[in-house]
Amino acid sequence: MFRNQYDTDVTTWSPAGRLFQVEYAMEAVKQGSAAIGLRSKTHVVLACVNKANSELSSHQKKIFKVDNHIGVAIAGLTADGRVLSRYMRSECINYNYTYESLLPVGRLVVQLADKAQVCTQRSWKRPYGVGLLVAGLDESGAHLYYNCPSGNYFEYQAFAIGSRSQAAKTYLERRFENFMSSSREDLIKDALIATRESLQGEKLRSSVCTVAVVGVGEAFHILDQETVQQLIDTFEIVKEEEAPPAEPQPATEQDAAAEQASGADQGGAAGDQGGSPMDI
Amino acid sequence: MTKQHANWSPYDNNGGSCVAIAGADYCVIAADTRMSTGYNILTRDYSKISQLTDKSVMASSGFQADVKALQKVLSARHLIYQHQHNKQMSCPAMAQLLSNTLYYKRFFPYYAFNVLGGLDNEGKGCVFTYDAVGSYERVGYSAQGSGSTLIMPFLDNQLKSPSPLLLPAKDAVTPLSETEAVDLVKTVFASATERDIYTGDKLEIVILNASGIRREYMDLRRD
Repeated sequence: MFRNQYDTDVTTWSPAGRLFQVEYAMEAVKQGSAAIGLRSKTHVVLACVNKANSELSSHQKKIFKVDNHIGVAIAGLTADGRVLSRYMRSECINYNYTYESLLPVGRLVVQLADKAQVCTQRSWKRPYGVGLLVAGLDESGAHLYYNCPSGNYFEYQAFAIGSRSQAAKTYLERRFENFMSSSREDLIKDALIATRESLQGEKLRSSVCTVAVVGVGEAFHILDQETVQQLIDTFEIVKEEEAPPAEPQPATEQDAAAEQASGADQGGAAGDQGGSPMDI
Repeated sequence: MTKQHANWSPYDNNGGSCVAIAGADYCVIAADTRMSTGYNILTRDYSKISQLTDKSVMASSGFQADVKALQKVLSARHLIYQHQHNKQMSCPAMAQLLSNTLYYKRFFPYYAFNVLGGLDNEGKGCVFTYDAVGSYERVGYSAQGSGSTLIMPFLDNQLKSPSPLLLPAKDAVTPLSETEAVDLVKTVFASATERDIYTGDKLEIVILNASGIRREYMDLRRD
């Protein structure tokens, strides 16, 4: 994968017409932990896998509330994601100040894409190393967009980005035709199952994932860990994993209960259950 | 050679009165709903009260265009605060922000006479009173606007300690119950409406306490 000659500067083309620095930035997105988004006619759900550096540290925040009607999940360089979220929040506030109405999602993603494009055409800048799944609701309905470091953006019915996202995408490709008419609960269930797919073997617990929802009459908010664990248990997603005889199943339930307790502890320790207006 | 003066003013006074009273665990903020210009009435039903956070409510009289702009600026600043701190602003914090926002335009002021009421971090009622350029003070009660000169002496009479020389020293604010405070506000506005031509039509009262926020309305004389 060495293309050394033309990859020093973002402003250098390769003879094949590629900007390698931009492509390397897209690689950074693939290295980040997975983020998944799906939408129906009335709701959009974002889910992401939480990867902590070590058991001692809290995991990185990957889902941000941008406004009451828009939220974003990121994968890649989370610091870049934080900066872009701040930009998005600022744009929403300014738009609301001027027009006393909600910034349409389509406009926000274009502004975001233009901002990313600038970094692909300045020799003193580098592309943002983060992919954003923008989930939002406006007058034209529920939307899910993906913004890449290249400055491109696409609208999706469902999408997954980050490491091991292909497994989630495969699951979503099988099911996406039903999403438009899905209920809120089914949408969240599909998001959790898709998240489980990208965990590939690791048990799905509320401590390893974060889920956020926005919908008609429902402001963007991140679901708290207890709710997520209950949903996981209700949907029996854990049980759907290959458990040999019936015996381990009660054990699995106990595990889930223990997991829930430790998950709640971790959540408390990580300090992201603050009941804050911007998180929940 | 006399200086030539402007034949146009960027300001107008839309009149009206605002009052706020702080209690041990509540705060009452009230304002009339008449909007005037000169000797005319523009509307009888315009709210001068704005809820800035869960625990702070601002009432402003003066030039309503400036008041509206001020409310929008504070509202946007509060959103930014919430993004950065993951919580709402406390009432004393909002009080300082309002002061800074007003002084920011020291040389082209917001023509707004504000009174900010709410609950402080301990849950006690607090009232902050301002001038147009941001000078402020925490007090137990205050009145601003066209009827303030009529209202304030009455509030002093009812709420202030009778004399600083009295022993034992009394509290600056008589401990009124919430209902008594609301009644006092209604009385005070009824009186101000009698003599101030810019105050009247309807009274809007907002009560903030531990259980949340409540609104009451009372008709005033429409002449």
